[in-house]
Amino acid sequence: MENESNSAIRDILVETGEITIFGVRFFKEIFRRPFEFKEFLRQCYNVGNKSILLVGIAGFIIGLVFTLQSRPKMEELGAVSWLPSMVSISIIREIGPIITALICAGKIGSGIGAEIGSMRVTEQIDAMEVSGTNPFKYLVVTRILATTFMVPLLVFMADAIALLGSFLVENLKGDVSFTLYFSEVQMSVEFLDFIPATIKTFFFGFAIGLVGCFKGYNTKHGTAGVGVSANSAVVEASIFVFILDFVAVLLTEIIYNI
Amino acid sequence: MNLTFTDRRKVIQIHDLKKNYGNNTVLDGFNMDLYEGETLVIMGKSGSGKSVMIKCLIGLEKIDSGDINIMGKDITAISEDDLNEIRTEVGFLFQGSALYDSMTVRENLEFPLRRHTKKFGKLGDATPLVMEALHNVGLDNAADLMPEELSGGMKRRIALARTLILNPKIILYDEPTTGLDPITSKEIILLMKSIQEKYKTSSIIITHDVDCARFIANRMILLVDGKNYAEGTFEELYASEDPKVHAFFKS
Repeated sequence: MENESNSAIRDILVETGEITIFGVRFFKEIFRRPFEFKEFLRQCYNVGNKSILLVGIAGFIIGLVFTLQSRPKMEELGAVSWLPSMVSISIIREIGPIITALICAGKIGSGIGAEIGSMRVTEQIDAMEVSGTNPFKYLVVTRILATTFMVPLLVFMADAIALLGSFLVENLKGDVSFTLYFSEVQMSVEFLDFIPATIKTFFFGFAIGLVGCFKGYNTKHGTAGVGVSANSAVVEASIFVFILDFVAVLLTEIIYNI
Repeated sequence: MNLTFTDRRKVIQIHDLKKNYGNNTVLDGFNMDLYEGETLVIMGKSGSGKSVMIKCLIGLEKIDSGDINIMGKDITAISEDDLNEIRTEVGFLFQGSALYDSMTVRENLEFPLRRHTKKFGKLGDATPLVMEALHNVGLDNAADLMPEELSGGMKRRIALARTLILNPKIILYDEPTTGLDPITSKEIILLMKSIQEKYKTSSIIITHDVDCARFIANRMILLVDGKNYAEGTFEELYASEDPKVHAFFKS
């Protein structure tokens, strides 16, 4: 039993070390020519295109359900006019970023893990290498950059759609106009609610891309290994998202005291 | 040994190559020279270390000890950039073709070209080069197909075209006829032969295919347990009385 837990701890430490080395290589390669800008744009399109529908639907339903479930209690407390403020702050600070990041970890992280993994087992990565091309630069750097920049955009979109969902409930149940709802939101949401929440989404995107690429790039044991890589990319990227979120909330509290 | 080639320059030299995976010794002091314009066939049973050797040769696998010299440069002691430069002179045909499956045939062929501006300059329209490479492998109309639309034999030809487009001086073939039917195998062997004659490339062919070796080899090495077991022309090895060599050819 003790041996098993020791080996599990050792495995986690080894994996963390390997991901760190992989991340350091990313930062080294990012400044080396060629920059593969076209592939970066293609990956941005892929990342956005793959997730936009799911993130949009999830955002809308979260806004809708959150407002629907909070409304009776707020009415009971006579604080229904605070609903737009409460919903918007919750969504912008926490729910929007974390839900979007988890969706992206599932959709994009697994996609990257499986795609690069299958390229590894079918020797496509080796083929790039023997043709004198740097596969790390072409496959890994472009994808990590794409997720780093696209996840924050997806979070913005999810936040906006969630607030629309919330407005819809308020409009139907409370006869609140669009102008009134969003002026309430505008008054309650401060700049400081946006900044830490946005910064952390860049880290979420980076972690999702990094873990997906790491898992895919190091795929072993043939086609069965591709499934393992895709699966573990989702699990580990989600764990990274939770850890980063916890650290971000702690730091925000220390720095801004909010 | 064919004396025509031993007079020529050595383009590849491998000396005392050793490679282990844990406790499993795969290459145990392998030696080899490849002469300019020569076609060297390396045969051996599955697991004898052939594919590992060829991957060590091109720097895909790290070696434990020994020397690998390609066109006068020790590839175990050079920078990654220098190794990449040498790689543009050495083509590699993978057993499974390894075409990039998210790209069309045209993009597959353009991919290495556009990344070697030092050798080819900045390419505008690469179509003439792509079409020439496709013509060389007899697939003029395949440029806009995706790899999934190609048969096994066509994939092997496109992979060969992708190798040729970089104008390599040496081509390494990893089991080029494995998984193909006898007729397609024969076509690929003929194609390899015609490419060798047209471009005067030096080649190393890893294969189990005795017919392929008979048709194309100038010289052969039989690899057993990671070591050179026998060496000579096809005829010499075919006529050998040694039980291991005999078993390989007559089985």
